[in-house]
Amino acid sequence: MTVDPIHQFTIQNWAPIITIGHHQFAFTNSALFMFIIVILVSALLIAGTAPRAVVPGRLQSIAEMSYEFVANTVRSTAGNEGMKFFPFVFTLFMFVLFANMIGLIPYSFTVTSQLIVTATLALSVFFIVVVYGFWRNGLGFLKLFVPKGVPIYILPAIVIIEVLSFISRPISHSVRLFANMLAGHITLQVFAGFIIMLAGFGVVGWFGAAIPLLLVIMLTALEFLVAFLQAYVFAILTCIYLNDAIHPGH
Amino acid sequence: MDPTAAKYIGAGIACIGMGGAGVGVGIIFGNYLAAALRNPSAAQGQFGNLIFGFAITEALGIFSLLIALLLLFGL
Repeated sequence: MTVDPIHQFTIQNWAPIITIGHHQFAFTNSALFMFIIVILVSALLIAGTAPRAVVPGRLQSIAEMSYEFVANTVRSTAGNEGMKFFPFVFTLFMFVLFANMIGLIPYSFTVTSQLIVTATLALSVFFIVVVYGFWRNGLGFLKLFVPKGVPIYILPAIVIIEVLSFISRPISHSVRLFANMLAGHITLQVFAGFIIMLAGFGVVGWFGAAIPLLLVIMLTALEFLVAFLQAYVFAILTCIYLNDAIHPGH
Repeated sequence: MDPTAAKYIGAGIACIGMGGAGVGVGIIFGNYLAAALRNPSAAQGQFGNLIFGFAITEALGIFSLLIALLLLFGL
């Protein structure tokens, strides 16, 4: 009675595949959950901001708090000039947060546990930083790779390291979110498998199964923390990278 | 050696790298807590830096976990 911990990440096609030219368009469970996320985020913000009460209700409080939270993060890391990127960062934050949170509901699908999704988000951040950096600073953007006050004889090595770390940013940015979600869900699945295995041993096993059950409950609480923390980390790293594009000098 | 056995041993060895990330994350949060107790009023302003350092450190541990997962399920 073994549980395959990877099975939960399988992409399933839930609609007939449409072929246009050489491209196939499939409506998968991943796409369905992305639609659900977008609808939920939009519903929360539209319903939350509709009353415009001076004393906010619960829904309006959530909408205002999430706005203030992300706005403060953007302002403190990328400065007032970074606020023009606020809609982008806010969208990323809400999408990743809802994807992580919805993924914790049993039998649902975690969109952010697919590397291709997080890589797309991270690459869009990377290219926005590169394009905006060159558009705003011209070749001055390259100052990002040349820190001030470094002795000239170690400067070539520093420049190479800076370029490499800049290029590896989208990799670490996407893999961090993806691997955190993947590892968390695999851990939950493995411990849930322990419950079933131990319960199969009869009455003695039922008492033994209480231990992994307790652990699964605590791990689920931890996973909620991780789900929020990783969304926040994704947003704050986006702000830090955008800050590099706005102020390239070290 | 049986290739499957070598794969599992490799996955186990790859996970050792996470220990280093665990130490690093512990140092970051421990130092943050120590500094926050000395100067609680300045603690809130450094929360962003705390999370940034945590994220950078954690990524390295996650990379080794990723290698282990690739060995177990991917390759």
